[in-house]
Amino acid sequence: MPQSIPEPEFDELYRELILDHYRNPRHSEPLADADVVAEGYNPLCGDEVELRIDFKNGSVSDLSFGGRGCSISRASGSIMTDLVIGKPVADVRKLSELFNKMMTDPEAEVPEELGDLEALQGVAKFPVRVKCATLAWHTLEDGLKQRDEGGHAVRHEE
Amino acid sequence: MTIDTKRIREDFPILKREVHGKPLVYLDNAATTQKPQVVIDALVEYYSSYNANIHRGIHALAEEATGKYEATRQKVADFIGAPDASNIVFTRNTTESINLVAQAWGRKFLSAGDEIVLSTMEHHSNLVPWQILAKEKGLTLRFIDIDDDGQLVAADIERYIGEKTKLVAITHMSNVLGTINPVREIADRAHQHGALVLLDGAQSVPHLPVDVQELDCDFLAFSAHKMLGPTGVGVLYARKELLEEMDPFMSGGEMIRRVELEESTWNDVPWKFEAGTPNIGDVCAFSASLDYLSDLGMENVRAHEIELVQEAVRRLQNVPGITIYGPESAASKGGVVAFNIEDIHPHDLGTVLDRHGVAIRAGHHCAQPLMKRLDVVATGRASFYVYNEPTEFDALIEGIEAAARLFRAPVHTGA
Repeated sequence: MPQSIPEPEFDELYRELILDHYRNPRHSEPLADADVVAEGYNPLCGDEVELRIDFKNGSVSDLSFGGRGCSISRASGSIMTDLVIGKPVADVRKLSELFNKMMTDPEAEVPEELGDLEALQGVAKFPVRVKCATLAWHTLEDGLKQRDEGGHAVRHEE
Repeated sequence: MTIDTKRIREDFPILKREVHGKPLVYLDNAATTQKPQVVIDALVEYYSSYNANIHRGIHALAEEATGKYEATRQKVADFIGAPDASNIVFTRNTTESINLVAQAWGRKFLSAGDEIVLSTMEHHSNLVPWQILAKEKGLTLRFIDIDDDGQLVAADIERYIGEKTKLVAITHMSNVLGTINPVREIADRAHQHGALVLLDGAQSVPHLPVDVQELDCDFLAFSAHKMLGPTGVGVLYARKELLEEMDPFMSGGEMIRRVELEESTWNDVPWKFEAGTPNIGDVCAFSASLDYLSDLGMENVRAHEIELVQEAVRRLQNVPGITIYGPESAASKGGVVAFNIEDIHPHDLGTVLDRHGVAIRAGHHCAQPLMKRLDVVATGRASFYVYNEPTEFDALIEGIEAAARLFRAPVHTGA
């Protein structure tokens, strides 16, 4: 049987933390009158993300995450809200960079800053699911850029 | 005769393999089907005993290869009730067959203000080529909608097929809903108004008895790989007078008669549309899949799939939170069941089922407008063929139950 690629462990994909965030998403109540609304869409799998972001003194002061998607995309967004709220924009950008890096290299050591996002490391071993995990972060990056440019709403497409 | 799956399964070597330590349950037949040993052997036989380029060679191998290639064309014609082998053009796939019509017929004969009637259940391959042509030519696209049962809305057929209609391009059987459309009635109405009819037969030709003269279609497109054949072979059936008046699609070798530096004349149909060396080996192997299906009998194939789809729906209906899309009656539904289960995204379901050895499709099935029409982002889809058995649904249901345990929020008892 042609199976040269070692099989990724199923448990690595659906870690309990991921399932918990999927079943009980954090910060899912949409923020009213948010400073920036960033929508993300992946037409290939149909995943939709809506981020509402408030800023205060150069930090992300509040963030809500909504949309439709699979467990990986929902959990990724939910964990993101926990991690990002209260952090300076520069730190958020750094986190995003680290997360994207983790998603492209399943063997790399996970930096401590990524906290609970470490649970998503196994996703990198399932190439077709990587975009599920990164959609929320790419949408957030577009939201941050929108703020820099003085805009209010942005739509990101994978 | 009925379908003897026990015997049939012996013919398909891939069905003996395991996936993640479980027996393979292959329910992704609307995407592509598996191949019986006779088709694999036919491919090997071509390359090991009569591989040669066709039509121009004067040696024995070229004659044998040409003979087999052209005999397959006749076999295809017989399989779909076409009057003659010259009605059959070999392409790469259904998509290319439809693009051929859009380019070679549509660009020549359609002009601003003309209308093409499609439906909201079309696969992208029978939508995007018409969008491009419409933009280029200033055509209008009209869409027959579907009702809650996943059937075409009769009033829309009446409303949209009219004097301005030049072409009705519609799927014979939906690759998502399984709906078998009333294409003869549609063809009659189209012809009353002087319009032509193109059928996307990618799902129907492999699964139903199809006779182009009974259906009275002008074009029919389908693919070999969805009917036990190799990938890389598509078919376009067209009425001969249409093929004759159409412009070439691609140009170069094979499709010409006389070439001078400044201009050329075209080969006879169907070769006018087969520029360059075609996919000889796969066409020759396709012959074996047509024999295999003819031996089974397409009426029997259809009857077997009616049984499978009824049993699949009966089992799936008991799954809590499930929504099944498409016609309720198996009489108007092919062997396809698209569904969603509350709280379980189709991609997650697909991953869990894969771990149970069950291959289904999860996603938009190249029918994004239909997904929008159904107000879903994606669905799961199980689709069947001659080698599937009702006992395989045990693994499907077990996998679904495992996914439900994984993704459903635990029920709070209020304690």
